[in-house]
Amino acid sequence: MAYFEYQNIFTQVQVQGEPEMGMAQTGENILGGERTKKAGFSTLIGWLGNAQLGPIYLGWAGLISLATGTLWFNIVGLNMLSQVDWSIPEFIRQLFWLALEPPGPEHGLSFPPLNDGGWYIISSFFLLVSVMSWWLRTYLLAVQHQMGKHIAWAFLAAIWLFLVLGLFRPVLMGSWSEAVPYGIFPHLDWTTAFSIRYGNLYYNPFHALSIVFLYGSVLLFAMHGATILAVSRYGGDRELEQIYDRGTASERAGLFWRWTMGFNATMEGIHRWAWWFAVLTPITGGIGILLTGTVVDNWFIWAIEHNFAPEYLGAYGYEAYGTYENFGGVPAGGN
Amino acid sequence: MFPKWFDNWNKDNPTNIFGPAIAVGVAGSAIFVAAMIVAWGQPFATASQQTGPRGTGMHVQEFVSSLSEYPDVDGYVTSEPVVPTADSQLAIDVLEGVPPTLANVTVENYERLREAMRSWTGIPDLLEPGNDSYQTALAYSMIEMTQNLNQNWIGHVQANAEVGVTCYTCHRGQPVPNNIWFRVGNVNSNVAGWPAIQNRVTMTSNFTSLPSTYLEHFLLQDENGQYGVAQVHDLVSRAENPPGSPLIQQTEMTYAWMNYFANSLGVNCVFCHNSRAFYDPAQVTPQWATASLGIIMVQETLEQYILPLEYVLPEERLGPVFADVPKLACRTCHQGEQRPLNGLNVIRNWPELAVLDDEPDYSAFE
Repeated sequence: MAYFEYQNIFTQVQVQGEPEMGMAQTGENILGGERTKKAGFSTLIGWLGNAQLGPIYLGWAGLISLATGTLWFNIVGLNMLSQVDWSIPEFIRQLFWLALEPPGPEHGLSFPPLNDGGWYIISSFFLLVSVMSWWLRTYLLAVQHQMGKHIAWAFLAAIWLFLVLGLFRPVLMGSWSEAVPYGIFPHLDWTTAFSIRYGNLYYNPFHALSIVFLYGSVLLFAMHGATILAVSRYGGDRELEQIYDRGTASERAGLFWRWTMGFNATMEGIHRWAWWFAVLTPITGGIGILLTGTVVDNWFIWAIEHNFAPEYLGAYGYEAYGTYENFGGVPAGGN
Repeated sequence: MFPKWFDNWNKDNPTNIFGPAIAVGVAGSAIFVAAMIVAWGQPFATASQQTGPRGTGMHVQEFVSSLSEYPDVDGYVTSEPVVPTADSQLAIDVLEGVPPTLANVTVENYERLREAMRSWTGIPDLLEPGNDSYQTALAYSMIEMTQNLNQNWIGHVQANAEVGVTCYTCHRGQPVPNNIWFRVGNVNSNVAGWPAIQNRVTMTSNFTSLPSTYLEHFLLQDENGQYGVAQVHDLVSRAENPPGSPLIQQTEMTYAWMNYFANSLGVNCVFCHNSRAFYDPAQVTPQWATASLGIIMVQETLEQYILPLEYVLPEERLGPVFADVPKLACRTCHQGEQRPLNGLNVIRNWPELAVLDDEPDYSAFE
């Protein structure tokens, strides 16, 4: 086998056979609660993870979440369809441009007319129920499995940012019109306009922190993934075993980083690094958004006042400015 | 298909050729591409025009291949003026149908100008004596508008060099210029207010989902005679005014409008602004002043010369939604260039169009 065949991103060995259906649901042992009865196998998903698909446990929280989430999705879609006069071809053509917009600023926090943000409020209520019950589901499932609640708390960090954008900040600002529209391009326009409205969000230190943690998450994920893949030939992919019984895989991985940068995480600690970086991304971001417009109204001027926006001195560099004559213009005086 | 010995040999000597084949293919392609770039150069070369302090990313960029294109410049018909002598006759004394704002023009220069205007606008019988179609009344008004632009808006139309405007600046040989605009109002059905005027692909929205009504908002007076004001930020770090003023909706409206500027001139934000602080007058570029003057110029021109045409134009020339007059703005003249017609000096040969209420100045040709 050639050396480079070992370096792949797809699972090399797939196990497909009798589906693993979990423990029998008898007596007090209802780990995971009521599951669906069937399970299948897919070679395709087996390349990326476990080849077995199902069974799934939804539970009451999952059912509420799916039902209300579907309602939100359909209210948004039908509003978009209505905006193009129920024309399917036009709906497809305009899909990325269409949106369900929050009410206009004149409505404040009151309930607006249905065709000027009313549907937005109704659908947002269902989205709120959907997201929160899905969060509850992650918590309850962890309880049932007698796990730590790390997944639920991490999800809650993302929900914090979601709630700041759509609930807390609009309430503090006194208007639902501050919320983010539901649409592909419109929500991107909103994001840019939000930054510009408050004098350039890049000068918001919490935005900067959020970016640090976001890019840091990406870097950590790449470092950790690469490290484990690199030592999987020594059993490094069996991380749990390596945590309680450190073997040559952990030794090599740790030495690699210590000799590279003087410091190495541990087989367990690297996951705390990753969890905190990921969780702090939306937490710091949410703080930054919550302060914007409520406490600080122009981040650039705020940054000047706090001495971290540099100033350019006078006519510095003006002699290097380009002219149109040298950039596609016809020579002056021609006719 | 293959001879038996070949299949047998393959069966006896199993070799994975895909791994090496992919490796060799990838490496070979990379070497080939690298060699081609070195030998033939970057196929999509770009150039940039610096617009601000170095190190701040302030520059406008273009493909080099599109920099040397002057699509409409070659089609510009022009001729040198005939300098009037003591016994030159004024056209208005001799000919019929001479526009009143050309009262000071001699017969030779009037006929020269009329011939050029017919070419510029693509109307073969323009200002023909006895032609009483709406085009004659329109031409009177448009000539006056051109003269007003050249005389009173020299700060914009000759901001950096003698360029000026003639009929051709907008018309480019067509009776109806490109890049005119109409009021559009609501673009979405079954909604009201803020959601109704945006989130739709339209020509006016420049194919964004931003509001489509920005031109009427900023360039036409509202019922109180006021123009929309570009409002984007608070101008202090912590504002005393109630939250939400200016509103994010005003920011989006301004954003749509600024996007129109950029598309009209073939530039980006940092042609006029330092994007780290759009509002700051200490960080804008010289072009910002020229553009600001242009806004007022367009507002005045619409009010004085374009909107009154509502009673002159026939129905089929009016807008599809509000039956309003076709209007001009930045893109009608600029058509994607920093200066219309790539900065071609169109006014030099036409002193008749350079003055509104004065004698044409032929001193440069004597």
